Amino acid sequence: MNFGKILVKRIGYGLILLVAVVVLNFTLITIAPGDVADSIAGDMGGADAEVLAEIRIRYGLDQPFLVQLWRYASSIAVLDLGHSYFYNEAVTSLIMQRLPATLLLVFSSQILAITLGMLIGVMAARKPNSFFNLVVTFLSLFGFAAPVFWTGILLIILFVSIFSVFPVGGMMSASLIDASWYEQWLNIAYHLVLPMVTLASIYFAIYSRLTRAAMQEVMGSDYIRTARAKGLSETRVFYKHALRNSLGPLVTVAGLQFSAVISGAVVVEAVFSWPGLGTLALQSILARDTPTIMGILFFSSLVVIIVNIFTDLVLRAIDPRIRID
Amino acid sequence: MKNMITKMTSCAITAALLATAVVGEEPKRGGTLTMAIQQTPRHLNPAVQSGTATGQPGTQLFASLLRYDEGWEPQPYLARSWDVSEDGLTVTIKLVEGATFHDGEPITSADVAFSIETVKANHPFKSMFAPVETVEMPDADTAILKLSKPHPALLLAMSSQLLAIIPKHVYGDGQDPKSHPANSEGVVGSGPFKLVEFKRGEHVILERNENYFMDGLPYLDRIVMRILPDESTRAIALESGELQMSGFESNPRNIVRLKKNQDLRVSSEGYAAIGPVNWLAFNTKGEITGDPKVRQAIAYAVDREFINKALNLGTAPTALTGIHPGSPFYNDTVEAYNLDLEKANAILDEAGYAAGANGNRFSLTVDYGWPAMKPYAEYLKPQLKKIGIDVAVRSSADFPTWAKRISTWDFDMTMDNVFNWGDPVIGVHRTYSSDNIKEGVIWSNTQQYSNARVDELMEIAGSTNDPEKRKALYAEFQEIIAAELPLYPLWASPYHTVSSASVGNAPDSVWGTSSPLDRVYLK
Repeated sequence: MNFGKILVKRIGYGLILLVAVVVLNFTLITIAPGDVADSIAGDMGGADAEVLAEIRIRYGLDQPFLVQLWRYASSIAVLDLGHSYFYNEAVTSLIMQRLPATLLLVFSSQILAITLGMLIGVMAARKPNSFFNLVVTFLSLFGFAAPVFWTGILLIILFVSIFSVFPVGGMMSASLIDASWYEQWLNIAYHLVLPMVTLASIYFAIYSRLTRAAMQEVMGSDYIRTARAKGLSETRVFYKHALRNSLGPLVTVAGLQFSAVISGAVVVEAVFSWPGLGTLALQSILARDTPTIMGILFFSSLVVIIVNIFTDLVLRAIDPRIRID
Repeated sequence: MKNMITKMTSCAITAALLATAVVGEEPKRGGTLTMAIQQTPRHLNPAVQSGTATGQPGTQLFASLLRYDEGWEPQPYLARSWDVSEDGLTVTIKLVEGATFHDGEPITSADVAFSIETVKANHPFKSMFAPVETVEMPDADTAILKLSKPHPALLLAMSSQLLAIIPKHVYGDGQDPKSHPANSEGVVGSGPFKLVEFKRGEHVILERNENYFMDGLPYLDRIVMRILPDESTRAIALESGELQMSGFESNPRNIVRLKKNQDLRVSSEGYAAIGPVNWLAFNTKGEITGDPKVRQAIAYAVDREFINKALNLGTAPTALTGIHPGSPFYNDTVEAYNLDLEKANAILDEAGYAAGANGNRFSLTVDYGWPAMKPYAEYLKPQLKKIGIDVAVRSSADFPTWAKRISTWDFDMTMDNVFNWGDPVIGVHRTYSSDNIKEGVIWSNTQQYSNARVDELMEIAGSTNDPEKRKALYAEFQEIIAAELPLYPLWASPYHTVSSASVGNAPDSVWGTSSPLDRVYLK
């Protein structure tokens, strides 16, 4: 099958998935007891009956479910994510305000996890019975088993409470709003360290174990023996021949994990008061702000679908066998 | 005889008050105060949005007509004097001279009239200005409020976040004030601070209003309000010095921990007007909870002392009634229902609820609406088991789920926390008034309680301005509630303001951090 056809097929599947995401999530949110009027009232310390009725009419919550669903679906069909009930602002602009923070956190932690995971995985594979290997096994098991919020709180206790090295949360010191861009960026990087390490901790575990397993398997294959027989140096055999061939599983998993990274970011953002999409999602869910929740879900499904298509492309680039299909 | 109840306070008295507030130390000008608020406000305009998330930044941006001191006494703010006529039907307000909005426009009686109209039409607490029929404007500095009946809550309703004076030339442009763009960006008020930046999920940054109408104030150059929803994060940030102040801290463990810190001042002052009271509410139309005997037995079985020692760690005052213990109307002589399991059992025996083979008389559910309330609901299970009541704790996934259950009367008992909001007329009557049994409205009379005498007492106390008379009426009101127990009050939320030792004049007035921080300074 040629590449264009596959791409079209993939996009088609993606669209079906998006429709399912919209219909299912909207239904689930709407059938849950209570609505945004209750949460607005809760936030205000109570409200009179007329005020609640007015809020429900204003946001069309007094309409039958199918009418609400149809209204929402037809606006999202033209990529209009609507207006947030809770924040009185366009959902698209809410998402765009928060997106950079989440992308920064997600990508920096993924890069950290992949680089470190790969490096350590390879090193562990080179000396399978060493003490180093044992340490890696332990660390990755620990990283994988520990709940991410717990790791985050542990890091805060260690690096904020006991040793005041890092700030406790947030993304940038508010005193720097007039500072130059590089001062701001340095400050953001400084705030980024703990959340990035926290989020990376789980994926580091996955990637290092995956790399080590793949490397060990590849190292036993015939072409490695051939390469060694040719007289290539061990380092060259390792990094040139073996590593590339063991990257396949890593890339697949990294692509698949992307959706998990976004959901992991929700937790990490909450622990570190990181002003990203995760924090927004959590607040909107608690507030029953349907347009915002739907907008975030729609948007993150879109991102996951795109990343999955992109993963396919990368896999094809590094593994010629897939191209034949 | 024409006996005017006049409350006039001159600038000289204000100056004297300012001086006494400082207690020997000279406040310093300048500096940035970094404080926390717990959630992103929907927007920053308290005229159309209640709640403390909006109130804390909102009261810095918008001045109100009055402010209140620690002793519940009204003080001049935008109003230099206020005068209530003998019949209580006319309130004359004189505005301070030369006060301007942040954009330089003068504040006139037209803005006052416009603000009252806007609040009356849009604020969730309809009772605040319902009796105000018209606002007359004989000149630019004078506003005369004409009332349909005497309204004792009016002065409190003109203070703090309850009446933000908003500029007519900005908000009167025909757009819906609830979704007006100037609620979040380019906010124009007349308070001590101006808006620099409101970034949702991150912070609200405010800077000194150089043309503030109170001379020499505010002391601070800037206030950064960081939005930090996680209570542990705030506690650590207070300890590390990243935060200098945080209001509404209510986690007993954190309060106890922070109190031990020498560099922090932890104060429970400043929450009397907001008046948060926690209680166990009963569905008085419930099959079993409809019986007052059952409610009394439960009251005798629930140990306030245990709750306060073990669950609140001694951080919260006991509340015997639904009126906050810090309120001048609080009646501490009502029946307290001190722990008495024998009596509780006897009451149930007498009422004919015999124990079955397994020792249970009947089963009840108890709800809670948010995680902080869980330990209290769970405490009831083993405790009420002792008098033969089998309690099932029902949790709700989130606040709206709980609100729906309670406001549609689908419950036996629930833990609840309701705010007084200044005068009882605003925040107390709603819980007991038989007119306010409204399906689907949380914090209405969700107990479905109705008692003609209670309605009458509230009616009279809500339309007389004589504080002594009101006190007597509310005393009787609290006695009846304590006897009939539509709800069993337990404690007043342990709200605390935590501030660094370097913060001077921490806000201790009845409105706490939801009041202008113009006198706060950094040492």
